[in-house]
Amino acid sequence: MHIEPIHILLADDDENDRLIFNDAFEEIKIKTVVNMVKDGIELMQYLQTPGTKIPHLLFLDLNMPRKGGMECLMEIKKLDCFKDLAIAIYSTSASDEDVEETFIRGANVYIKKPSDFEQLKRILTKVITINWQYHTSGLNRDVFLLNL
Amino acid sequence: MKLFLKYDFNKVCKAILEEQLEKLQLPYYVLGLSELEILSTPSDTEVKQLQEQLLKYGIEIVETPKRILVQKTKDAIHEMVYEKDNLPVSKISDYLASQLHHSYGYLANLFSEVTYTSIENYIILQKIERAKQLILTNELTFTEIAYKLNYSSVAHFSTQFKNVTGLTPSAFQRIISKRRNKEADTS
Repeated sequence: MHIEPIHILLADDDENDRLIFNDAFEEIKIKTVVNMVKDGIELMQYLQTPGTKIPHLLFLDLNMPRKGGMECLMEIKKLDCFKDLAIAIYSTSASDEDVEETFIRGANVYIKKPSDFEQLKRILTKVITINWQYHTSGLNRDVFLLNL
Repeated sequence: MKLFLKYDFNKVCKAILEEQLEKLQLPYYVLGLSELEILSTPSDTEVKQLQEQLLKYGIEIVETPKRILVQKTKDAIHEMVYEKDNLPVSKISDYLASQLHHSYGYLANLFSEVTYTSIENYIILQKIERAKQLILTNELTFTEIAYKLNYSSVAHFSTQFKNVTGLTPSAFQRIISKRRNKEADTS
């Protein structure tokens, strides 16, 4: 049975983190295609390159040099062509205020990054699975909020 | 001015289907929410045209028998969660098996294979989506929503809401209303 893979874009300046996320995606049973960018400036360039396939899901590190995750989130939310792009923000910290502010600014998912690989895999599986339901079952993405 | 909308899912879909099929001048008969019979033999180009037109509205032509059955399962769940005033009290597995004329075990396996999620989780997700919709219309209290969606108590409802979304129903309500105010300010 043909099932379209899920296109994921990951924006993170830390090479180690990118590798860990990539390993986690590979171990998840849902088929994914993962592209990566190294910071916010590269991210915005990537997204605005003509002909780029808009990913289903963007994982965005909150703390990056040059242009941080929050700044990118706000820019992306201003652009109408990305209204269907689900955005998952992640950070090592997560105060209730930060989480709420991120959601208000338009993020769909907030992940407090775990230190344990197995837990990361569980979290990513959950995000991808739920996002897939929104994508395939016509659910209202405007109210897709997930705090992990 | 802010307007809150309510949709009749069936009516919307039917209107779109009728519009598009008439545009292509295909004779048709709408059999139900997710079934359509074309009364002629359309050419491949016509089918393709129809497919492209419908995709714009998020309507997909489902191809394989397995996918059709999964889609029917989803429709039955959708109908159960959205159109019944109160969810059936009988076991959901019995309900789905009798609606779809297959054993629940078969339906459940197929469902996980195609959607990456279990029927149980899908029902919970749909119930929470309905709850979100009800929360945002501001017409019902959380207790009334819990009752309508067949939760044993408002505490049980809040716990499941938190499990699925990571947020309490009131945090969800606050965030969406702040987000909407913000959008109204900037546009």
